[in-house]
Amino acid sequence: MSNEVIIRIEGLEKKYILGEENIVRALAGVDLVVTAGSYVAIMGPSGSGKSTMLNLLGCLDRPTAGRYFLGGEDVSTMPDDDLSKARGKRIGFIFQSYNLIPQLTVIENIQVPLFYQGESLAESYDRCVELANMVGLGDRLEHRPTQLSGGQQQRVAIARSLANDPLMILADEPTGNLDSKTGTEVLEMIDRLNEGGKTIVLVTHDEKVAKRAHRVLHMKDGLIDREVIQKTVPGGAGRQSNSGLREINQATKPSDGALAGSANQSAH
Amino acid sequence: MLTHNFISTVQLGIKNLLLHKLRSGLTILGIIFGVCSVISMLAIGEGASFEAQEAIKKLGSNNIILRSLKPPENQSESANANRSFEMSYGLSYDDGARLQATIPGIRRVLPMRIIRDNVRFGENVAACQVIGTLSFYPEIVTMDIVAGRFLTEIDEKHRNNVCVITLSLARKLFPYQNPLQHSIKIAAVYYQVVGIGRETNMPEQRTQAGEIEGETLDQFVYLPLSTARIRFGETIIRGQFPSLQFETVQLHQITVQMNDTDAVESADPQIKSLLDKFHSQNDFEMIVPLQLLRQAEQTKRIFNIVLGSIAAISLLVGGIGIMNIMLATVTERTREIGVRRALGAKKRDITMQFLVETIVLSVGGGVIGVIVGILVPFVVSHLAHMKTIVTFSSVFLAFGISGAIGIIFGIYPASTAAELDPIEALRHE
Ligand SMILES: Nc1ncnc2c1ncn2[C@@H]1O[C@H](COP(=O)(O)OP(=O)(O)O)[C@@H](O)[C@H]1O
Ligand SMILES: [Mg+2]
Repeated sequence: MSNEVIIRIEGLEKKYILGEENIVRALAGVDLVVTAGSYVAIMGPSGSGKSTMLNLLGCLDRPTAGRYFLGGEDVSTMPDDDLSKARGKRIGFIFQSYNLIPQLTVIENIQVPLFYQGESLAESYDRCVELANMVGLGDRLEHRPTQLSGGQQQRVAIARSLANDPLMILADEPTGNLDSKTGTEVLEMIDRLNEGGKTIVLVTHDEKVAKRAHRVLHMKDGLIDREVIQKTVPGGAGRQSNSGLREINQATKPSDGALAGSANQSAH
Repeated sequence: MLTHNFISTVQLGIKNLLLHKLRSGLTILGIIFGVCSVISMLAIGEGASFEAQEAIKKLGSNNIILRSLKPPENQSESANANRSFEMSYGLSYDDGARLQATIPGIRRVLPMRIIRDNVRFGENVAACQVIGTLSFYPEIVTMDIVAGRFLTEIDEKHRNNVCVITLSLARKLFPYQNPLQHSIKIAAVYYQVVGIGRETNMPEQRTQAGEIEGETLDQFVYLPLSTARIRFGETIIRGQFPSLQFETVQLHQITVQMNDTDAVESADPQIKSLLDKFHSQNDFEMIVPLQLLRQAEQTKRIFNIVLGSIAAISLLVGGIGIMNIMLATVTERTREIGVRRALGAKKRDITMQFLVETIVLSVGGGVIGVIVGILVPFVVSHLAHMKTIVTFSSVFLAFGISGAIGIIFGIYPASTAAELDPIEALRHE
């Protein structure tokens, strides 16, 4: 079973027209193919187009030229509502500043993506509790983000990114706000997700973070300047699942193992 | 599925509003005042106009009331200010007869003489109005006979020295005795009391005949018209020597009872022109209760429009307050909006979320406003003894407007939120 193509972009361009003569080409015609199960890190100097790239990949924005196929479907010219749907169904976001909704509890935050998929809070509750258990926050369901440490908040964000069982996870500097110890914990969690088959695209400044990826894309002036293949994507790794997380849990919190073991998101 | 999520959205909205209790409370206050003022002002207005209309109806919507008026004094008269003079004015017996003879649709014509005087029984003295009138007076003025009888045609014919007195006068003059066994004395003449009555009518219709203090309003002595004419004469002497005024008035009031309200309308101008022929001076006035009633209704309509506008403005102000707060909330929660959009929320979902919050605010304010708006008139009636009527339509109107305000003033902030660029919103600090 050859690896399915998750991302295919062709001549992707994003121009910002700021004035008559002042046109910024944030992306200047990028081509890229990412297969299922890949772990891709994007690096590059500030202003090189990393965030623009990630926003386009995340369907938060539309390119000014070029095509973007997400899971085989052209999303480059989709109307706004369909883009929302694509984000809600296929993409999980992890942000540098966690971006949890402050007035919601841990469990409610994890439920948000499913709420917009039309699932009632009662319907999605059990599954989201499982996700909270997986990231080791099963005992903090009713806490608010302000009552959690940064590392804990980012773990809630990881659980939230998994709620809709996405095609891929996009992370913009996920450890940028964390100390190295908690940062490593979060990265290990992401590693496990990838080992479980999830496709990961991550933006980082940190070489050590990038080391964990299969491929590192170095961007410069809106183009992929250079690509380094560090490992090969395990061929025919099968479908992605969250099952990788179970392993970290079993390693760090054995008590959660039994619950996590019943996760229904492992292999379809 | 949709309804589930709608309920969750409402719950979320309430939760968000409760996070800022003071702010939400102050915002809602505008709507509470608006709704409350609509309901209570309309209730007070409704009550007042109801009372006015009842009062006018008591005058009899089939009646036309004519009253003698002292004509305004002209130059030559004031020049003779310190000389005695005699003036004759007002309605006459002939006027009554002419009306009866010429105006179609008249059922009866009731002439009245009204004189202020003191009435005595033994040691007791009371100020009263002496009313000389005919036997059918009680039917036109709606009066209950409490004891005895009213004046009869025989009394009129024989100019009997009999009288009927009102209940309040009877209480004053006869604290211990039965009035029906006694006579009262007015200006040296005794009149046998044959009946006690109580006017269920408003007494204002007679205020023109001399200035009446409030307490004597319902102290009347009714005499046969013919008796009153010979006993009191037609000339009243006023003022002090040497500037005595001799005023001759035959009738102080003529109440014309028409067959129906249509007849009232057609007779109104006819009576006016007939009387004008015989009254060169401006010495009578005409009161048409039916017209007053129409005017009262018109006044009420204007009153309602004015109140409605005031209330609408206060609700508008409340609505602007809500919009203002919601715009601030949208700015404050820009980041949250970006996150929700990234997690799959459509523009419509964001619009809904904020619109629901505005509607919860305004409808919540509406509910409290309705409750307070019903309580205020209740308290006013009890404390100020004013009649108030809370109409269903005013409650419905106020509540409907508050809901509409939620939608109208909520749409702009909500669509502002929905139109935010997700990327910009996520970057917002
Ligand atoms: N909304 C925008 N309007 C104008 N220029 C923009 C906008 N967003 C990004 N840019 C420009 O596009 C280029 C790439 O930006 P970005 O993708 O944020 O870079 P990076 O994330 O690598 O630092 C920069 O020159 C930036 O100034
Ligand atoms: Mg950036």
